[in-house]
Amino acid sequence: MAENNRAVLKLKEKFAASIIDVVEFRGEVTVTVKKDSIIEILSFLKQSLQYNLLTDLTAVDYLGKKEERFMMVYLLYSIPNKDRLRIKTPVTEEECRIPTASTVWKTANWLEREVFDLFGIKFDGHPDLRRILMTDDWVGHPLRKDYPLQGPDREPYKGRLS
Amino acid sequence: MATTETMTLNMGPQHPSTHGVLRLVLELDGEVIVKVTPHIGYLHRGVEKLSEHRTYHQILPLTDRLDYLAPMSNNLGYILAVEKLMGVEVPERAETIRIIMAELTRLESHLVWIACHALDIGAMTVFIYAFRERETVMEIYELISGARMTSNFFRVGGLSQDVPDEFVKKVSDFIDVMPGYLDQYEGLLTTNPIWLKRTIGNGIISAEDAIDIGLTGPALRGSGVDWDLRRDNPYSGYEKYQFKVPTGENCDTFDRYKVRLVEMREACKIVRQGLDKLKPGPVLADSPQVCYPPKESVYNSIEGLIHHFKIASEGFPAPEGEVYQGVEAPKGELGFYIVSDGGNKPERMRIRPPSFVNLQAIEQMSVGTMIADLVAVIGTLDIVLGEIDR
Repeated sequence: MAENNRAVLKLKEKFAASIIDVVEFRGEVTVTVKKDSIIEILSFLKQSLQYNLLTDLTAVDYLGKKEERFMMVYLLYSIPNKDRLRIKTPVTEEECRIPTASTVWKTANWLEREVFDLFGIKFDGHPDLRRILMTDDWVGHPLRKDYPLQGPDREPYKGRLS
Repeated sequence: MATTETMTLNMGPQHPSTHGVLRLVLELDGEVIVKVTPHIGYLHRGVEKLSEHRTYHQILPLTDRLDYLAPMSNNLGYILAVEKLMGVEVPERAETIRIIMAELTRLESHLVWIACHALDIGAMTVFIYAFRERETVMEIYELISGARMTSNFFRVGGLSQDVPDEFVKKVSDFIDVMPGYLDQYEGLLTTNPIWLKRTIGNGIISAEDAIDIGLTGPALRGSGVDWDLRRDNPYSGYEKYQFKVPTGENCDTFDRYKVRLVEMREACKIVRQGLDKLKPGPVLADSPQVCYPPKESVYNSIEGLIHHFKIASEGFPAPEGEVYQGVEAPKGELGFYIVSDGGNKPERMRIRPPSFVNLQAIEQMSVGTMIADLVAVIGTLDIVLGEIDR
């Protein structure tokens, strides 16, 4: 199924060396690619395959579960063709940065600020990389798995006392 | 030598026209806006972080606190994502009631929008009228779920309970009178010279720019893009319903106003079709791995009690994988992206809030206009800060 996806066919043709993995789950196609060519691939998908709407951009923290700690997720939608495609790319903790996608879609501006704020991934070339949800002087990145749920400097919740 | 320089003005977070706790730092040249810098996050509650520590059933009450003006749309998006992940089939009656409620929610949300939008621009009467009708929707909410706003009525696999007998009559009566009320609002606004002067030509954004910046929902359709998830990627049985998708031409606030008004009329029609389709039947899927057992069995049998206890305390393990489900919420595309590692809690739950992405367009839509026009732009974007800040 996933092999017949119009985007997967084209990507395999053009960026064969960059594709790490193609998965289909519940009818949704996910393509994992290498970080080096991410902007090239995203621009190609937008220009040539009409994925004109960047629905969402986010990250996942796989602390201790995967070799590369973070996974960037780009969720694309094509308004003319009405289909979705998910592009993922791994980001390591040591080199916690990735080129910005805001050059491809303006939508990415705030979404990348949010990922920077909550995960601490830096975006090279971003026009305005500031925290967005947390205050400017906040320490730490709350959506990282090693950030405690109750916040720093507080005892973990131990359940009801009575 | 006289010099001119721009002035920086702080608007919000406590400002009646910012619809909550939105803070805008404006750079002004006289009364003309040179730059708008939104500051958000005052309502950040860490819903995405919290979700990683709760079972799938326990996340549900968090979701109706996102867009608190359209709680059932949020619930719907979330449960559809979990059902997709679990592969649960939902009974037809539950799907129909979900659609009726989702459309009533759209009406409710648009009623608050028209009320506040008109109030911001100076038409107070509409505010009073629209809140009167919203009250009826709230009563329907209260009738079926016991709560007026944080409904928490849907469940993974169906509904928490069947609707009471008077539900159909109450909804039907409301849908009968609602188009007349919409005519009233239109009578107050559509030909009102002040309304026209304030909205025509305000907040223009071309279709191309709107897609580039990620606008969805009525804000995008106002710019002439004919795209609606309910029709183009149907979910929860929307393919069985007939409705029109309105679009605008002039990409301005007035066109977005007209689009939303047509959407309200279409919502009434969808609810009517839903009521006609409503047949007796179960409202919860027959998948004991995922769903709560019926209350009679919990109260009267030890097996039912154990079953309830297990679902409530442990939840259910989800297969490893990741799903995204987008729904056409009143404000745009609301999406839930769930990554599961095979446990009973999500590895990551991402909410794609429509208001957050739509608010980004505020700068493009208001630079070069007056402060008073900015107020109209905030109204036409129809933002809710609970959803932006999460």
